[in-house]
Amino acid sequence: MADHKSTPQIDAATGQSTTGHDWDGIQELNTPLPRWWLGIFYATIIWSIGYWIVYPAWPLVTDATKGVIGYASRIEISQDLALMKQERAAQSKGLTEASFEQIKANPELFRIAMAQGKAAFGDNCAACHGVGGGGAKGYPNLNDDDWLWGGSFAEIQKTLEHGIRFAGDPDTRVSQMPAFGREKMLDAAQIRAVANHVRSIAGLSTEPKADLGGGAKLFADNCAACHGDQGKGNREMGAPDLTDAISLYGMDMASLTETIANSRNGVMPAWNQRLDPTTIKALTVYVHSLGGGQ
Amino acid sequence: MVIAAAAVLPLILIAAMTEDRGYAFHAALGALAALGSVFLIANRCFRPGQVPAPQEIGGRPNYNMEPVKFATVAAMVWGIAGFTVGLIIALQLAFPDLNFDLPWINFGRLRPLHTSAVIFAFGGNVLIGTSFYVVQRTSHARLAGDLSPWFVVLGYNLFIVIAGTGYLLGITQSKEYAEPEWYADLWLTAVWVVYLLVFLGTLAKRKEPHIYVANWFYLGFILTIAVLHVGNNLAWPVSVLSPKSYVLWSGVQDAMFQWWYGHNAVGFFLTAGFLAIMYYFVPKRAERPVYSYRLSIIHFWALIFLYIWAGPHHLHYTALPDWAQTLGMTFSIMLWMPSWGGMINGLMTLSGAWDKLRTDPVLRMMVVSLAFYGMSTFEGPLMSIKAVNSLSHYTDWTIGHVHSGALGWVAYVSFGAIYCLVPWLWNRKGLYSLKLVNWHFWVSTLGIVLYISAMWVSGIMQGLMWRAYTSLGFLEYSFIETVAAMKPYYVIRAMGGGLFLAGALIMAFNLWMTVRSDAVGASQREPAPDPQLVPAQ
Repeated sequence: MADHKSTPQIDAATGQSTTGHDWDGIQELNTPLPRWWLGIFYATIIWSIGYWIVYPAWPLVTDATKGVIGYASRIEISQDLALMKQERAAQSKGLTEASFEQIKANPELFRIAMAQGKAAFGDNCAACHGVGGGGAKGYPNLNDDDWLWGGSFAEIQKTLEHGIRFAGDPDTRVSQMPAFGREKMLDAAQIRAVANHVRSIAGLSTEPKADLGGGAKLFADNCAACHGDQGKGNREMGAPDLTDAISLYGMDMASLTETIANSRNGVMPAWNQRLDPTTIKALTVYVHSLGGGQ
Repeated sequence: MVIAAAAVLPLILIAAMTEDRGYAFHAALGALAALGSVFLIANRCFRPGQVPAPQEIGGRPNYNMEPVKFATVAAMVWGIAGFTVGLIIALQLAFPDLNFDLPWINFGRLRPLHTSAVIFAFGGNVLIGTSFYVVQRTSHARLAGDLSPWFVVLGYNLFIVIAGTGYLLGITQSKEYAEPEWYADLWLTAVWVVYLLVFLGTLAKRKEPHIYVANWFYLGFILTIAVLHVGNNLAWPVSVLSPKSYVLWSGVQDAMFQWWYGHNAVGFFLTAGFLAIMYYFVPKRAERPVYSYRLSIIHFWALIFLYIWAGPHHLHYTALPDWAQTLGMTFSIMLWMPSWGGMINGLMTLSGAWDKLRTDPVLRMMVVSLAFYGMSTFEGPLMSIKAVNSLSHYTDWTIGHVHSGALGWVAYVSFGAIYCLVPWLWNRKGLYSLKLVNWHFWVSTLGIVLYISAMWVSGIMQGLMWRAYTSLGFLEYSFIETVAAMKPYYVIRAMGGGLFLAGALIMAFNLWMTVRSDAVGASQREPAPDPQLVPAQ
């Protein structure tokens, strides 16, 4: 290969001469830079220089060049937000001022409330309650008319605003079912008896040797204060109706035992800390409309 | 040897004293590696009749190809492991139940395992192996050092094992593509410095008057990766007994460092390094001279100079100051043509040899890799434009873009190089079966096409759904609806990944059969044929 060195040759296939270098049999042609390649490269450089003149670009000692049109992404986003607020101002004003009854009676207002409510629901509520409000274990189904804390406009609004057992809001809805097992108020056999009793009043099958009589007495002593003598529940305390076989945490023996022994006490955030009153109003209308609004 | 011996005891102490079980495992692993190296070095030095390997035999360089062989095998093993983990996490995204609620194999831990396995384990071994091969052949000199090339190859793979097992055990500093913790980073730094010295030492011994272009790219890659690795990983450990460390910067400065590193890992590891592979293996395989010497010089320096500025385009519309975003975007645009210089030089090298694409699937694989390279280096600048980025950022479009570069360019040019290297290194007449290479090519090309088109569609759809407004000015879709909409594309993507993995398995079988075939005699052993340079008239 030494004979190739510093003796450029002409390559037949392309007509170009080589540089005369040779590495492990690899040579190089002396082809000039493609003109279109160089042209586009220059064009991108010129475009970049233009962009630097127009927009903030080069850092200085304590600051940076600002560009001739005074662009800043913070200005842009605040203008965008202001524009959106302005565009929504008219429809939002109607919603802010109207009462729930007026919204329900006015198809145009109702349409706006539903649109805003659906968007807010998707972003804030769907993660727990599901996109369609169908709920999941521990997260109530909003499509039925089995309300824990009430299904009227005012009650839904209050739940949304202040949440449930939410530590950060003094007006939050509070109730606390005791952990009967953990706090040693009932022993394992008693819990089993109560669980069987609850299944019996819900119309579900009970265990063959269930102590239903004992369970009923224990229920009357420990549970009826909140859930009522018939187990029909009490919305003042968020105590669920136990007779309708709709349950947040499950009505099978294992789930019921766990609920009675350790309690559940689920939490929902207070949304007035994140959403404005009009959005909460729209959400209230939307949730009310989902199924069982009362 | 003394250093390795001295390291054994402290590592055992750390293993015994630390409260973190994963860290204890790593310290024990390090102690074992140190013990093993003491044994191997002693065995080598004190073997009776041991003489240093001659630099030349019969006037020809006595090339040191054993570390290259090791790295080539390691690359294939890690490659298949990395592709497999990629397929698993693709399936986990489509079917989340596949996380099985186990911490070690959940998506959050397997994802860095996948990215590190394919980039650093597969890609890194290909780069180290080919660079040791190419620098020897094009310098006409034996690799510098006797133990140090082995230290580089084995030390690098020890780093890979520490990094990978660390992810599974939950040890991470949570910086993308730089997840390993401080002790793994320190070890890699030592390995990398020796790598640089071996490479420079070999260049210094060269018998050729000039340094070949592939070696510029290798050197650019090795040097810059050293700077990036040290810069991004400047962190202070909580204690010698703890795997945890904290980086020196916080907030937007940390973000900027991270993406300066992250983007240049793409630029210098996955682009410059693999362009070096292209500059040796494409002209060699095509038996044609490189298209343009001038283009190689200009695009090399332009690429090196411009790439290092482009990182901020990963932080558009964030707390990063506007001026930095502008620079990141404009330098990305200017990078378009310097990137394409490599594609032009590779593709045009085939002038006068295009007919070989019909008969040589290995060359076809490398040419297609250049096409993918050209496509993704056009797509990259396009996505760096702020208006485009506002749609594409945080969507699967980015994943598609990365994989058109990673599967189409990096993996294909690596496959091409390995298909060339294995018969050369093991003195075999040729590959076991070109037909199987053809199968590999078509199966994996179909896989890539499925993968990237699924990600384009799902990414653009995702971006459009996020910004869709109703006529009343409210968001049209909830986030979870955009996730649900992507499921079919996730399934298609997993199918594409499965095909790509199948192709790699075909390749591994083919290479295995090649190595098992008979060695050929010295007369046929000239590994890489000289290019056919036909003088005019």
